[in-house]
Amino acid sequence: MSVVLVMVEHDRGALVPGALEALTFGRHLACDLGLSLHGVTIGSSADALAKQLGHYGAEVIHQAHHEILCDYGPQAWGETVAQLARSIEAAVIITTGTDSGNEVIANAAARMDLPMVANCTKLLPRQGLWELVRLRWGGSLLERASLDAPVKILTLAPNRFEATLEPGAGKTESFVPTLDPCLAQTVVRRRVVESKGISLASAPVVVSGGRGVKSAAGFAPLEELADLLGGAVGCSRVATNNGWRPHSDQVGQTGTRIAPQIYIACGISGAIQHWVGAMGAKHILAINTDPEANMVHKADYAIIGDLHEIIPAIVDAVRTAQN
Amino acid sequence: MRILICIKRVPAPGAKIPLSDDGQEIDTTYLGFTTSPHEECAVEEAVRIVEKVGGETTVLTLGPPAAEEQLRYAVSVRANKAAHVVTDTTDWGPERTASALTQAIRSMEAKEGPFDMVFFGNESADSAGYQVGIRVATAMGRPIVNGIKEIEVGEGSVTARRQVDGGFEEYELNLPLMLGIKEGINLPRYPTMKGRLASRKLAVTPFETTAKCGGLSKIELFQPKEQTSNTVVLGHGPEAAAKVVDVLVDLGVM
Ligand SMILES: Cc1cc2nc3c(=O)[nH]c(=O)nc-3n(C[C@H](O)[C@H](O)[C@H](O)COP(=O)(O)OP(=O)(O)OC[C@H]3O[C@@H](n4cnc5c(N)ncnc54)[C@H](O)[C@@H]3O)c2cc1C
Ligand SMILES: Nc1ncnc2c1ncn2[C@@H]1O[C@H](COP(=O)(O)O)[C@@H](O)[C@H]1O
Repeated sequence: MSVVLVMVEHDRGALVPGALEALTFGRHLACDLGLSLHGVTIGSSADALAKQLGHYGAEVIHQAHHEILCDYGPQAWGETVAQLARSIEAAVIITTGTDSGNEVIANAAARMDLPMVANCTKLLPRQGLWELVRLRWGGSLLERASLDAPVKILTLAPNRFEATLEPGAGKTESFVPTLDPCLAQTVVRRRVVESKGISLASAPVVVSGGRGVKSAAGFAPLEELADLLGGAVGCSRVATNNGWRPHSDQVGQTGTRIAPQIYIACGISGAIQHWVGAMGAKHILAINTDPEANMVHKADYAIIGDLHEIIPAIVDAVRTAQN
Repeated sequence: MRILICIKRVPAPGAKIPLSDDGQEIDTTYLGFTTSPHEECAVEEAVRIVEKVGGETTVLTLGPPAAEEQLRYAVSVRANKAAHVVTDTTDWGPERTASALTQAIRSMEAKEGPFDMVFFGNESADSAGYQVGIRVATAMGRPIVNGIKEIEVGEGSVTARRQVDGGFEEYELNLPLMLGIKEGINLPRYPTMKGRLASRKLAVTPFETTAKCGGLSKIELFQPKEQTSNTVVLGHGPEAAAKVVDVLVDLGVM
């Protein structure tokens, strides 16, 4: 048991955000525990990443190859990680706390019949029992927990860790797992590309509406403002549940996490499940009739009043300033 | 088509999640309860499929006696049957939960035949372990994919799509199968009068379990450090619009 194994998450050969951070975290952990750091990439599309991973301290990079591993497949990937971990006697398995990172590692843990911890923010390795902190409620609540397992399997909460360089041997080794052909059914069969303008997750400005907007038609001025600023329209779950906006516009725990330069939240109270999606915004402007609304308290800027009067006035002012 | 949906009772907090003094539980004195949103959509999707191709939907929960409220709600929005693994009020952890649900599903299947599909949420709203469905599917040797936002039922197989950055990934799975569903796959209906009546008459099938604790144990819950802000009030009403332009220019978005 002398290896920390990091599954380096990638999407058809491109590293996902957080992958190098996970590798760096694994390196620090390996160093603390006196273990060695190995990475694994799944599928030959990721072979070219090996050199870069060496720069982040991986001593060995296992490159998993199999015809079933031609694209993402959570069960086949999980089985591959489980087989590799057994064969190199990994003491720790780590990956990114993305939807797919959590999915693959949960499959690996289930197949190894071991516990798995999603979205850790802190680890305190001890003899035998480890203590850790993990996210609950999409990050609105934290849990301190203990982990009792012969192999520790976990994912790291997004946006909490840094990637730093440190040269490692970066030796590559091919790993060919034995995969049951039935695992092929949960491999991506086809991809549908859909481009629909500025994505909510990466928009520089998000203009969002909640119950206070009162109707689907009420969103027209918000759309106009978002257009003028090259931004996207967002909404709260109340707007989605009333059918005013599609779910793809929803910001929050069960919607999208946003990170704009400014978030303009109109008629949104700031419930905790909404806030966890919005808190990545650099600045927040709340427009609300209620000066005591949670969103107003958490915002950098606020305008108190009726959004139906305020938004059109902002649209006019922006238009005038732009001309 | 026989479809089972695993749902979890969770509190519905507002601006903050209040905790008990010892940090062991969420203080639910002033909170209502709901079903995790992903699972609410999973129930709706199952009901729609059965409305289209025929069959039966069953909801299953593991939780305290009060979780019957969520089972009855599911029946009020047209689920047909309900089963309940009754626990104490403590947190069971993902491994124990998964093995208890597996036991319940096995005994239901032994009596009435296999479920063609079992739906889970992508993750539970409260503990968000991202694993219970995967553990159940692994134990039962069934295919499972998470994050599903679209389902098309074919002859003996199902096309399932999940949203990724810039489009969809498509999977084709053979029955019997399991799926982790995400909110947004549909817009759940509200209960009707008839549904409410049916839910009142519902007989819930109870299950007992011998599932053992897993390796992950909660020590305590705590609040993240609060992000406070000295809010600058730009004004009251539409007169404040000019100041917004100043802010937008300052931030470089205009
Ligand atoms: C497990 C779980 C997950 C959830 N996930 C999400 C999620 O992902 N995203 C999400 O948004 N919610 C989510 N919710 C729901 C969340 O708890 C709140 O119910 C929701 O965010 C409230 O939406 P709202 O702010 O639009 O409505 P309200 O809370 O009703 O607030 C409306 C606000 O509008 C203001 N207002 C009213 N009229 C006007 C006007 N004319 N001008 C200006 N202001 C006005 C009011 O003062 C009030 O502050 C989730 C809930 C649960 C239990
Ligand atoms: N106590 C429970 N009762 C019924 N289903 C559950 C329970 N806990 C988890 N699940 C199901 O498993 C999914 C994943 O849960 P989790 O692993 O906690 O994120 C949930 O969305 C539910 O569908």
